[in-house]
Amino acid sequence: MSLSIAMTQPTQRARIGLVLFALALLLAPWIAGQAGGNAWVRMLDFALLYIMLALGLNIVVGYAGLLDLGFIAFYAVGAYLAALLSSPHLLTQFPALAAALPHGLHTSIWIIVPLAGLMAAGFGMLLGAPTLRLRGDYLAIVTLGFGEIIRIFMRNLDRPLNITNGPKGISSVDPIQLFGVNLARTQDILGFRVPSVYLYYYLFAVLALLIMFACVRLQDSRIGRAWLAIREDEDAAQAMGLNTRRLKLLAFAIGASFGGVGGALFASFQGFVSPESFSLNESVAVLAMVVLGGMGHIPGVILGCVLLAALPEVLRATMGSVQQWLFGQVLVDPEIIRQLFYGLALILVMLYRPAGVWPASREAAR
Amino acid sequence: MDIFIQQLLNGLVLGSLYALIALGYTMVYGILRIINFAHGDVLMIGALIGLCAIHLLQSAFPSLPNVVVLIVATLIAMAACALLAGIIERVAYRRLRNAPRLAPLISGLGVSLLLQTVAMLVWTRNPQLFPQLLPLDPIEVTSGDITHAPAITNMTAIITVVIAMLVMGGLLLLVERTRLGRSMRAVAENPQVASLMGINPNAVIVLTFAIGGALAALAGIMMASNYGSAHFYMGFLPGIKAFTAAVLGGIGNLKGAMLGGVLLGLIEALGTGYMGELTDGVFGSNYQDVFAFMVLIAVLVLRPSGLLGERLAVRA
Repeated sequence: MSLSIAMTQPTQRARIGLVLFALALLLAPWIAGQAGGNAWVRMLDFALLYIMLALGLNIVVGYAGLLDLGFIAFYAVGAYLAALLSSPHLLTQFPALAAALPHGLHTSIWIIVPLAGLMAAGFGMLLGAPTLRLRGDYLAIVTLGFGEIIRIFMRNLDRPLNITNGPKGISSVDPIQLFGVNLARTQDILGFRVPSVYLYYYLFAVLALLIMFACVRLQDSRIGRAWLAIREDEDAAQAMGLNTRRLKLLAFAIGASFGGVGGALFASFQGFVSPESFSLNESVAVLAMVVLGGMGHIPGVILGCVLLAALPEVLRATMGSVQQWLFGQVLVDPEIIRQLFYGLALILVMLYRPAGVWPASREAAR
Repeated sequence: MDIFIQQLLNGLVLGSLYALIALGYTMVYGILRIINFAHGDVLMIGALIGLCAIHLLQSAFPSLPNVVVLIVATLIAMAACALLAGIIERVAYRRLRNAPRLAPLISGLGVSLLLQTVAMLVWTRNPQLFPQLLPLDPIEVTSGDITHAPAITNMTAIITVVIAMLVMGGLLLLVERTRLGRSMRAVAENPQVASLMGINPNAVIVLTFAIGGALAALAGIMMASNYGSAHFYMGFLPGIKAFTAAVLGGIGNLKGAMLGGVLLGLIEALGTGYMGELTDGVFGSNYQDVFAFMVLIAVLVLRPSGLLGERLAVRA
């Protein structure tokens, strides 16, 4: 483990890489905005949300080696929590509550985000406790089932008490207010007119960086090394005295909490949540990002997110005209091409490049 | 009482479908110790190919009786899906036999997504009307009165159950009495030793996938005939539930898959039928799909080896 000592002394190259990364992160929305307008910046916002999700899933799949196919459920938990705590929905359903809160229910983002993380972690442990002693492939199916159960409940919990508002979802969720600045409105900052999507971009970037930092620190910690040991050989890890059950539960909880934070931000950003945002396909999409980029390698995962999150917009921009040119009409919906690509990516990466397009270096992988 | 019998009948139909699908999971698991994630989508492809075959046959030979059309279309779909399942094994799983456990699961997930997308491309996103070629006239099993509706069934449902039972019996004979069955069991026991005995493990594995695919196609066509529609997403839930059934019965065990399938069908039907009554209509049939997952989690926690299985689910 001389590696962790080496890591604390960043090399010249790593430092230059970091500076370039920071610059790219800072300027990305302005470049994207120049190229494709606010729609592209919005796409970047979603890419950042996906990065949070994928880094969470990466802890579960990449570090601990537990395949979670219901990861989007934690995103949903965070999103619904935010929606319930900062929309008029609960007040219209429960008049007593409305009487107690004459100004409406507008919970601050400072409360919602940590609460969403905690709540998702709680759900993660709830799911993990009975299932984590199962072998990986069983776990995959159980988590998939859990994801579907959460969605069934979201869709049907409008009776007897209307909590989730059923398939219609919850709308008019408050936008994020930070230090009195409403992120949903264009703001004038130092003479620049900064539209809402840019403001959200910087907020999401800060949170994504925090999560990234947490991931790096976790990876280099005793816990992170224990996770890798479990992934490589659970029996050996147990024989070395690791409490594998507790460590796996911890991986589940931490991964889930990142998902929950992402979900809360998503709800406030969209202003609207509905069960259909949290389908299995979304879980698969996040998994595809982690797998394509490189399981267990943070830069790889981020690359995977950016590639796959940008893909739909790129396809929309190019595929229509390419098909027009080839066939004289648009035959195939870009959405379908995107799914085709996800499916192919999962198969081909597993077959030919199991460590992803940007794998951890051999030394670091050990 | 009528509700009970009605739900029993529904459960039996559902259960025999689950059992047919579960066999595919359990055979593959028994040999390769992997979960074939794309199995449910093979079912979907089977139903849609069957649909195409029916349309073709009906337009080419308008005078053909319905039953013949259905039988020929089913055979075509089964052959196509046997081929498809064999190709899936060859392309997505064979290279990954010695890879970490996650690898075949993820590539299977990719195949599943790919099949759904291809189905969406060929047959659109919308449910396709599946012609109901067998009589659907209600057959009263119990005599109802003014307060209670009678329990009813129909020819399609009866034929579904009968064919499923026949096919499962045939499969058991195949595996337990024939040379092919013996080599399948040998490969499941130990591929290396089997190959020393002159068995080609790869051929046996492809055949196992093919049999599973054919059974899935049969189940898919039966499902579409019972519900009257087929669409690109129809394989997902039955696939998961059939996997649950396989685990319930003890994965890797053929009789277990059959038992688990029928049991799960009954649990689901009875649970859904009585849920509304027990909770005063608060929770209705919209929670139907929750049952299978609850059963799955309960089985894995309480008895991971399933009803008839050896101890497999917990990491050795």
